[in-house]
Amino acid sequence: MGPGQIKAKIISNKRFKDNYWHLELESRLISGRALPGQFVNIKVSDDVEPLLRRPLSIHSANGSRVRLFYEALGMGTRVLSNRVPGEFLDVIGPLGNGFSLPGKGQGPGCQAAILVAGGMGVVPLIFLAKKIRSSRPLVLIGARTKNKILCAPEFKALGTAVKIATDDGSLGFKGRVTELLGQVLREAKSAKGLSIYACGPRPMLKAVGKIACENNIDSQLSLEEHMACGIGACLGCVVATQSGYRRVCKDGPVFSGKELTW
Amino acid sequence: MVKQVKPDLSVRIGKLELKNPVMVASGTFGYAEEFAPFIDLKELGAIVTKTITVRPRLGNIPPRTCETPAGMLNSIGLENPGIDKFIGEKLPFLKKLGIPVIVSIASIDDPEEFTALARQLDKIEGVSALELNISCPNLHKDKLISQDAKDTFELVSLVRKLTGKCLITKLSPNVTSISEIALAAERAGSDAVALINTLGAMSIDVDKREPKIGSWSGGLSGPAIRPVAVKMVWEAHNKIKIPIIGMGGIMDIQSSLEFFIAGASAISVGTANFINPRASVEIISGLKTYLVDNNIRDLSGLIGSLKACEN
Repeated sequence: MGPGQIKAKIISNKRFKDNYWHLELESRLISGRALPGQFVNIKVSDDVEPLLRRPLSIHSANGSRVRLFYEALGMGTRVLSNRVPGEFLDVIGPLGNGFSLPGKGQGPGCQAAILVAGGMGVVPLIFLAKKIRSSRPLVLIGARTKNKILCAPEFKALGTAVKIATDDGSLGFKGRVTELLGQVLREAKSAKGLSIYACGPRPMLKAVGKIACENNIDSQLSLEEHMACGIGACLGCVVATQSGYRRVCKDGPVFSGKELTW
Repeated sequence: MVKQVKPDLSVRIGKLELKNPVMVASGTFGYAEEFAPFIDLKELGAIVTKTITVRPRLGNIPPRTCETPAGMLNSIGLENPGIDKFIGEKLPFLKKLGIPVIVSIASIDDPEEFTALARQLDKIEGVSALELNISCPNLHKDKLISQDAKDTFELVSLVRKLTGKCLITKLSPNVTSISEIALAAERAGSDAVALINTLGAMSIDVDKREPKIGSWSGGLSGPAIRPVAVKMVWEAHNKIKIPIIGMGGIMDIQSSLEFFIAGASAISVGTANFINPRASVEIISGLKTYLVDNNIRDLSGLIGSLKACEN
């Protein structure tokens, strides 16, 4: 099912710590069609400033509710954080190609998936973890410091194992989440049937793609890029791949690590 | 006063008859497929395709867009699959819509590429008109064809000889006198001019001291350029007789009306498609309402209806 353009009612829009906000919208259409890794594109106000929509990853979809999670950093997200429950937002979604779910037929005890999240990259991976929780994925979350580690309790509540990496060592493994990934793979008995799913800053994704290739593991990387249209028309948000430039908004945001040439 | 029920929105551009004067601008609508989930494409007056070149083009290096005050920059660099793939893979969908398809074409290295494109497209039924994109700011040329009246005249004359199809010439706002260039296009046999392409522009990330887009500079579009576009439409309207297709920051019915009043016979919705995919069809219905409310029977009562200030 394709995307729709709708006026979605704000159910709640709450800061939960620092600049991080949870936004809950009412939309049966988007909720019913949303897949992990897809996003919605929101007009945060009726003004011409900011002009463009803001793409936000879908955190979860349940019944008629769509949950989003954003960091109010720039002009668009700051305006969004001022919108209140009961108001309506012009939303287009669900957009893009999400994650392909891991193959079935894994042996008992076999780890099917490792999810690697950097910073805000946790958002689409929460949605993914919900869908594949029965295969007991391992979740690795990385950030600069303890306070920037997001959603760890949410992942744990889903019954997934969570390992944390911080650059300053304030929580969990001291170092990059990609170094933690390397360590996990070295300790694993076999990488057979394993998939890596990752979302985070571009240098992190590049490193994850490289590690996956070296270990002959499939990786699916969810990219972030400035977008103008979000629906594949403007060709603004392209990324270099084996088959030329491809659109992050329409052909992605999830790409196979093997496909990307960055 | 009895209000009319159904105003006449039809308009003529050369030999092209449009059921309404609302088009979508080249480069902002892909090849229309992307918009099918959001609007009934058949409602549009016409569709102008993303610009086609002889050979496929990868386009410019990313990042290719950035937001600016009430506008945006783009430097896509005419990414397109090339004429053959366009005809084979994109045109069939467009033809099925049953509305006029205007194919935007450009040359990269040699104006002769326009000749090849015009010859090939002239033979194709279902291509209603050609738009000559001689004004793309993202090819890193020292001078655009449409920045010189003589070059514009020569290029339009060249293509005019090769096709009987409706010919629209799209002009750059980065000129000393838009009416001089518009007049050159008219004298060379263009059926209409499209005003305006994006304005050459640049935006800088001051923390990194880097340009915000990969190819350093790009084209500015959106509401920020609307007053520039309206003035250029008005200037050209005072000078030429062929129809003007007005564009530049049209977001809604209100902003589209400025262009008609300034002298545009039709308008194109561009950047607004990115923000509100329904903008074009909302303008069509808004136009009907406006004409009825103001007791105007058809578009001729609106086009170029600008008056002098009363006091």
